[in-house]
Amino acid sequence: MPELKDIALKVDGLNKDFLLPHEQKNSIKERVLHPRKSGTEHMHALRDINFEVKRGEFFGIVGRNGSGKSTLLKIIGGIYQPTKGSVQVNGTLTPFIELGIGFSPNLTGRENVFLNGAILGLTRKEMKKLYPEIVAFAELEKFMDQKLKNYSSGMQVRLAFSIAIQAHNDILLIDEVLAVGDANFQKKCAQVFKDVKKSGKTVIFVTHDMGAIQEYCDRAMMIQDSRIVSIGKPRDIALRYEIANANIATSEGLEQMTRSKNPKIKLNQLKIRSESKQTTNFSFDEDIIADIDFTVNDPVQAQLNLYFVRPDGHYVAGINTTADLPEFIPKKGKHSVSCVIKSGQLAKGDYQVGVGVYTYPEPAQMIDVIDQSYGTETPIVSILEKSLSRNGDFNIEGHWTK
Amino acid sequence: MIDALKRFWKPGNRSLIRELVISDFKLRYQGSVLGYLWSLLRPLMLFGVLYVVFTKVIKVGVGIPHYPAYLLLGLVLWTFFVEATMSGMNAITGRGDMIRKVSVPKYTIVMSTNASAFVNFFFNMIVVVIFMVLGHVAFRPTLLFVPFFIAELVLFSIGVSFLLATLFVKFRDFSHIWEVSLQILFYATPIIYSLAIVPVRLRKLMSINPLTQIFQDMRSVMITPQTVTTKQVFNSELGRLLPFLVVILVTILGAWYFRRNSRKFAEEL
Repeated sequence: MPELKDIALKVDGLNKDFLLPHEQKNSIKERVLHPRKSGTEHMHALRDINFEVKRGEFFGIVGRNGSGKSTLLKIIGGIYQPTKGSVQVNGTLTPFIELGIGFSPNLTGRENVFLNGAILGLTRKEMKKLYPEIVAFAELEKFMDQKLKNYSSGMQVRLAFSIAIQAHNDILLIDEVLAVGDANFQKKCAQVFKDVKKSGKTVIFVTHDMGAIQEYCDRAMMIQDSRIVSIGKPRDIALRYEIANANIATSEGLEQMTRSKNPKIKLNQLKIRSESKQTTNFSFDEDIIADIDFTVNDPVQAQLNLYFVRPDGHYVAGINTTADLPEFIPKKGKHSVSCVIKSGQLAKGDYQVGVGVYTYPEPAQMIDVIDQSYGTETPIVSILEKSLSRNGDFNIEGHWTK
Repeated sequence: MIDALKRFWKPGNRSLIRELVISDFKLRYQGSVLGYLWSLLRPLMLFGVLYVVFTKVIKVGVGIPHYPAYLLLGLVLWTFFVEATMSGMNAITGRGDMIRKVSVPKYTIVMSTNASAFVNFFFNMIVVVIFMVLGHVAFRPTLLFVPFFIAELVLFSIGVSFLLATLFVKFRDFSHIWEVSLQILFYATPIIYSLAIVPVRLRKLMSINPLTQIFQDMRSVMITPQTVTTKQVFNSELGRLLPFLVVILVTILGAWYFRRNSRKFAEEL
């Protein structure tokens, strides 16, 4: 357990419900005519969120739209109040989740800087000191006395981003809106991210960009359906996110994803067997063996990831080659590898097995994949157990005594 | 309480109120030729119309000493109250976009609208003084009480603003309710007339309204001692405290109600 002073942010047992009226009751007439709150329902935006961010950590949060990550960010920023649980912040925090709040098109750049700074909690004295740096960073020296409506959208973002970065706080909340602007400015932002990271500031970073997650973050967290699905290394989270997204895409009947026609490494076959025979039904004491055949067209350093997904799309577990085969650069031609999954780990039920090959080191990019959502038939493993004593998400081991 | 006051005076919060007021002024008078003059012209024009009507047509003003300054002072005080409470009511909903995205102390937004109205009020008062000079009104030492009654008016406006701002988030009816209430108040408060022409039995009822007390006291200390004040109406030391009690109660109620609900504003807007 890290000491309390090393923790920048602690979220403890956080729950957030929204009371959604079926019809907004914003007038007295409606309240009088329909006094009972019958037309409302509870929406659970966040369930049981627990995590800690260490001081100086670059912490990523990923999740699809509607997963609850924006609500979480708003609660951390103090904009929303939690229904249950607590958020403890150690240090000062940027209280905003969007850039350029309060920007008015009819004020000049200079006036907007001072207004926006005040909204972020800076005094006029502090702003006067920071102003030259803000303008210089945004590269807008010549435009500060022009009205904001004459700025291009890229220029507005540059100005807003500069203020946010110069508003020196211990903890930064950064939403992905930052990734706007021309290539030159983006490069500059990337440099700022690296500088911020070096300076020992704590950053909480929300994005859909798995490349950025892997490039900057020390740790990452994935939220799905209002809950934390996983917290871990950015690479693992990124892979998981991509797979979860792919599964949801097909289950929702969205555009099916396609495998690249001519990948550098082509996955040919994924077969499942036990030690003794070709089967997809396993009992608890049998190891699961996956044989993977692939063809290398263009040798690159790569990693394979074998994973198990429940029929509802939930990514249960995955294991990749980076621990056992750290410098894996297969030669041109056909290869086969095997993975032995020790018995007794998966709970009873059905699992879709998939395998992907990705570039290594980070950021990992998908080279090829055998996965249901890419239109490839994949084996379904069934774990069978006659006893009814164990149930749930994983194979719980234990024994009772009297 | 002390904690709340400390937060209140935090330099960051003061800067925010100041920047909100500055940007509000810059935006309000942008693109108009006369610019800021409009905030002086509005009460003056209303004054012109009412002055003609009430001295030439209906002779309400006849017999009141220094009626021009008397009427203008009433209108200027009234204009401040209307402006402060109307903009105060709209403060939270009008800045909804900001409140949903950043955690700022919400009271600063309401305070900034009242501060804007106060700046206008200040310049309007200069015009009142000019009228006093032109009308040969004697400057008496009772003028020292002026800041006290202005402070009372500002406190009352802030209290009402907090109450209305919170209610308006929940019920959009309040823009209409308050508009009608102001119309009634305009005639129920001695602005264009003097309390002297009101039937005696109604005077007490009207004097519970802090605006009546403030307006009459201001006139009494600034323009002419021949003004019927609340002190005379109630004719008792306890009775004259009644309007002050109303101000304090409304302010406490408004602040309490606002504070209790302000944490949820971001979700309700």
